[in-house]
Amino acid sequence: MGTLNVLRVRVDSERCQGHNRCCSLAPELFEADELGNARVKGDGKVAAGLEAKAKLAVANCPEHAVRLGNE
Amino acid sequence: MSKHPPVVDWATDFDHRDPRWVENPYPIWDELRGRCPVAHSDRFQDGAYFPSRYAEVREIAYDSEHFSSRRVIVRETKVPPQPAPPITSDPPEHTPARKLLLPAFAPQVIAKLEPRTRALCRELLDAIGDAGTCDGAVDYAQHIPVRLIAHMLGVPEKDGDLFRRWIHLVLEVGISDESVILPTLKEMSVYFATELKRRGAKRGEDLISFLLDAKMDGQPVPEIHMIGTLRLLLIAGIDTTWSGIGASLWHLATHPEDRRRLAADATLMPTAIEEFLRAYAPVTMAREVVKETTVGGCPFKENGQVLLSFPAANRDPAMFADADKVLIDRAENRHAAFGLGRHRCLGSNLARLEMTVAIEEWLARFPEFRLADGAKVTWSEGTVRGPRRLPLALG
Repeated sequence: MGTLNVLRVRVDSERCQGHNRCCSLAPELFEADELGNARVKGDGKVAAGLEAKAKLAVANCPEHAVRLGNE
Repeated sequence: MSKHPPVVDWATDFDHRDPRWVENPYPIWDELRGRCPVAHSDRFQDGAYFPSRYAEVREIAYDSEHFSSRRVIVRETKVPPQPAPPITSDPPEHTPARKLLLPAFAPQVIAKLEPRTRALCRELLDAIGDAGTCDGAVDYAQHIPVRLIAHMLGVPEKDGDLFRRWIHLVLEVGISDESVILPTLKEMSVYFATELKRRGAKRGEDLISFLLDAKMDGQPVPEIHMIGTLRLLLIAGIDTTWSGIGASLWHLATHPEDRRRLAADATLMPTAIEEFLRAYAPVTMAREVVKETTVGGCPFKENGQVLLSFPAANRDPAMFADADKVLIDRAENRHAAFGLGRHRCLGSNLARLEMTVAIEEWLARFPEFRLADGAKVTWSEGTVRGPRRLPLALG
């Protein structure tokens, strides 16, 4: 079970209103869809060195739609 | 239309047209947060409420059951609701009206406008040249959104004076004098009906042509909907961003240490722009109470108007550390300048692009500037706050 404790970001699409803060702050982790709402890139895994950017994305989302956790 | 006497008690008789509020509203909001987080005023028809804390502003923004968007400007005398979807739409009509426009304002689409934005900022700076003085609002800030939105709508830039007159009448004069609203909206509707006819004959690469070919819930968009939406795009896209750019220039003109720091270090630009958006958020929205409720322990009575101040929420110390300080490197900034919830400003990506490019280009040309000696800075009144006269000394 080597995948335990993998840090991942996720976007709650019910909450996201497309402020685009996460995409600007952490373009390695988030991108905008065709409506301008955020989605995670790939599987949302936070690569080494991107932890701080992931935290900033969480802390700057006006809708509290960005989550960071171990899965 | 009535004269409005000076306010004695902001908690029970607030008036956002009072010259003290227009000049510097922040101490008033600080006072209210401390002693009466939801102020009230009978100066506006059916009474108006003013929540000054982030928590209540957020709760109301998310609550479309009790608070309708059908009136988005607090007025002394109400006029019948004038639909400008999606800003005036409530669920369930809101979602299709918003989805119709979202693709045209997505960040990857707006990013393509950067070269044009940069070019028009440089043109304006060239025109200011080496005069040594200019008005940062009149000669620079006000033109940027007008020219960009005219380009996006495919209408002549030279109609900018007309657009600014409409906005002044609807958003400022119309708060106290309802008689100007309907004729102005009529004038705008006639203007856009003519443009729609023109595009009907020959499409262009613009938002009016886009609307003509778009589908909403699988159906062509009714003309009355398109006209309301076009009125919205014009009104919402101009003095808001003009105010954001103007307020940023005002801050840099009055805070030399921030100006020098930002001119020397371009990596600060993203946090600086977000901080200007937080601290000088231009846009105050409104709601109408459609079902009696209680927020923050205060009753909101049916038909009451709500001044929904994202600028006040952004200054709440319960939400932001050092809320009254402008920190251009503020890393955590969950500000609400573009609103909260389903009505998040559709043009937020465009506004950020315009503000960022406008300030970058300005600082590249005029890294040294300050308020001109004896400068009388004036601020707009009412729904959108920003400098309207900003005399600067350059170099």
